[in-house]
Amino acid sequence: MSDLTQLLDTEPVVATAGTDMLADSLTQQGAAVSRADWRPPHPGTEAALAALAADGRMREANATAIARMLAVRPQLVDVAIAGEVFPDMSERTLFHAGPPVSWDRASGPMRGAIIGAMLYEGLAADPDDAAARAARGEVDLSPCHHHGAVGPMAGVTSPSMPVAVIADGSGDGVSYSTLNEGLGKVLRYGAFAPEVIDRLRWIERVLGPVLSATLRSRGPIDLQSLIAQALQMGDDGHNRNRAVTSLFLREIGAALVDGAAAPTDQRLEVFEFIDSNDHFMLNLVMAAGKLGSDAAAGVTTSSLVTVMARNGTDFGIRLSGTGDEWFTAPAPPVDGLYLGGYTEDDASPDIGDSTITETVGLGGFAMAAAPAIVGFVGGTASGAVRRTLAMYEITLTEHPAYQIPMLEFRGTPTGIDAARVVRTGVQPQINTGVAGKVPGTGMVGAGLVEAPMECFAAAITALAETVR
Amino acid sequence: MVSRVEVHPGRYHDSVRLMQASKALQEVAGVTDALVAMATDLNLSLLADMGFDMAAVAAAGPNDLLLAVRAENEDSVGAAIRALDDALAHKAAPAGGLDAPEAKTIGGAADAVDAHIALLSVPGEHAFVEAMEALDTGRHVMIFSDNVPVEHEVTLKRRGVENGLLVMGPDCGTAIVNGVGLGFANAVRPGPVGIVGASGTGIQQITCLLDDAGVGVRHALGTGSHDLSEEVGALSTLQALDALDEDPAVEVISIISKPPAAPVAARVRAAAAECIKPVVITFMGENTLEDGAGEILRALDRPVPSYASWDIDQDDHRPGTVRGLFSGGTLRDEARFVAMPMLGEIGTHEEDSGPTFIDYGDDEYTQGRAHPMIDQTVRIDRLESAAADRSIGVILLDVVLGFGANADPATELAPAILTAREADAAVVVSLCGTARDPQNRDAQAQALRQAGASVWLSNAAAAMEAARLATTRSST
Repeated sequence: MSDLTQLLDTEPVVATAGTDMLADSLTQQGAAVSRADWRPPHPGTEAALAALAADGRMREANATAIARMLAVRPQLVDVAIAGEVFPDMSERTLFHAGPPVSWDRASGPMRGAIIGAMLYEGLAADPDDAAARAARGEVDLSPCHHHGAVGPMAGVTSPSMPVAVIADGSGDGVSYSTLNEGLGKVLRYGAFAPEVIDRLRWIERVLGPVLSATLRSRGPIDLQSLIAQALQMGDDGHNRNRAVTSLFLREIGAALVDGAAAPTDQRLEVFEFIDSNDHFMLNLVMAAGKLGSDAAAGVTTSSLVTVMARNGTDFGIRLSGTGDEWFTAPAPPVDGLYLGGYTEDDASPDIGDSTITETVGLGGFAMAAAPAIVGFVGGTASGAVRRTLAMYEITLTEHPAYQIPMLEFRGTPTGIDAARVVRTGVQPQINTGVAGKVPGTGMVGAGLVEAPMECFAAAITALAETVR
Repeated sequence: MVSRVEVHPGRYHDSVRLMQASKALQEVAGVTDALVAMATDLNLSLLADMGFDMAAVAAAGPNDLLLAVRAENEDSVGAAIRALDDALAHKAAPAGGLDAPEAKTIGGAADAVDAHIALLSVPGEHAFVEAMEALDTGRHVMIFSDNVPVEHEVTLKRRGVENGLLVMGPDCGTAIVNGVGLGFANAVRPGPVGIVGASGTGIQQITCLLDDAGVGVRHALGTGSHDLSEEVGALSTLQALDALDEDPAVEVISIISKPPAAPVAARVRAAAAECIKPVVITFMGENTLEDGAGEILRALDRPVPSYASWDIDQDDHRPGTVRGLFSGGTLRDEARFVAMPMLGEIGTHEEDSGPTFIDYGDDEYTQGRAHPMIDQTVRIDRLESAAADRSIGVILLDVVLGFGANADPATELAPAILTAREADAAVVVSLCGTARDPQNRDAQAQALRQAGASVWLSNAAAAMEAARLATTRSST
């Protein structure tokens, strides 16, 4: 049975990969040609790529996984206390960003945040005592990602901290994140000065309860809708969250003003705190991403990247088709712009779960939407657009809700395909903040980083093992 | 050390631009510290941490721009302040940066134009992954690359059959689809012949002979040189044969291959017998390409012409054996088949003695350089060596024209041919091309003849002429 009519009855339209001579001769004949700028895959991945291609199930598995990622409808429903919502969290448990890490291997900002969280929880008398106790293993460290949660930078989450609860409006999933503390000397950047601990206490005492009461009075907030709007107002969802934070304040405004559950001065403090923190919504955007990423996990043979996360020591990824396994490489340095007198010598390697945004089509993947932060890509809007355009090569689809005005409202490149990453050598582009490497320093800058190729090579090799 | 702190009230810039400006100032010679920032509480505390005098900024607020510089001398401070204006001045982005980057995979390139054919010439070890992607996204595939493992070829072709897509190759040098040549192909006229070929130069030779006879080609579908092996079992050949039989514009079908394994040959013959249309099978070694072209013409009730030649009298050449310098493997094999009855055993390697026909397109001779249809260097060198070798009386070579081939092979080869002729060696050229080829067959033939070679469109005829010249002289 033959079905070659299309080949035989239509003018050839040809895509080429390889020597230019063959494409040139087609052009010479006036045929339509599209050339791939082909290059060999990452060395050592050839056999794995061939095994996956021969197996043939990866394409459909990826379609299933990305459909699940896009099907979630993240709703901010409540703010609760970490120790009460995480069944595996004891009084001595601290969640943290990135793949698993021990105190011995923890980076400066990670250690600083652990010290700060221990002081906040009353698990240590002073910073030295906290460090000594942590070194003796008196706290249990566990990645946020193992508990349906995400945290920016060090991502340290302790039992007393309020966490935002994000529920799936079209499914059963739930995800969590801490509340954003603002910029400068803050726990997530590894600072633990008294002002840092005082702010955490205020978040626990005022911000969490007021937000919880406000949400219960007004009902859930549709985060995807806010993020979609914000992308058209100049946010990327990672390094710029000014628009989405403003939209959030409008969403809760009436309920906050109306809220009889909290004293007026507390409600004013909450308003002022959110208003003064352009990154307030970062954590919620991240948790919305985590909901989609968890929904996409566990599809056999899928090469979809469900997690990219760093702990300041390692950069780790997970694939939908390789279960709970982490594939790690040393966390790379950030190519950044620095605050004040800080330089790259003061910077910690890449850290944080915030790369969940790039995993779901935001951040570096939506850079073209955020002209206000194009300084990170050399100061040109066209550089930002090129950065986003390059990501379409390694992603499975275009986001149906997150659109980029500058690209004629094309959907953001969404759903990183690890197989395409190793085939093309195109590394996922990440927009990120930079923490000081000395514990206690805080934020020193912001910039760009590329996800290390070694993670993707190892992940694809492991995925290929599942089809042998 | 000199420092200066300034406040510019109401001068707002976003923090990213200001961080860039700070960086620019820090790079000014002699500057040790610089901060350009809005006077927020955070930035004021940074300024204090950096040890600057805070008196000047006491009244500054978040809408005011801070400038603080510490440098070795006043000149450096002045240079830094001038640099600030540059750093904050609006710079237009370079124009034309919004084009999408070139796709890096065959799927991406195909999506860009909605291509329905993928043409791959990546190194053989990488061709499989790209080809599978093309097949899984609904594209027919031509794989020019060789050295693809046979199990991969079988997987690809089975997937192609399942998806109703044709896999041409691996090691497929030539195809013509709807008048467009893919790979090495000649500009032949459109017509009623449909070809299925496992040999690139075999397709080129037959299409050029038909063109010379005034008969055109509808499609020439390459299958790759391994398609008729037992492992592959003619998967693409049978698929293409079916399709051409159903194509109403095809009147006669031609199958071209080296002699396949017996069971595969039987399967192909059985499938050909099932076809509605006449099928001419040319298994080289059983007959010649010229024979095949003749059969096709007879099936169309067209006269078989004497094919173009540009002969020259070389009967007084020096005695000696024949040396064949080929760029096409199939043309070499056909020439051997034709000449062997007259010359006896013919060697195929440079080390062999007596009559020797060498395929310089073989991997052995192409290391690190382009195929001899493109790069003539090796053959020119061997032509000169043969001219100097008094044991050789006749030099036979092929020149293949068409898309993808060398732009002017006659001009490149002419000096070496002239050298051979001046040394009294005979030179016979098999010239595969058409009048519409970019190189222009007739102009190439004239240039080769002018250098002293006798030129034949039919490769079999050229081989016959070379053998005749060699036997005529050695018997006198």
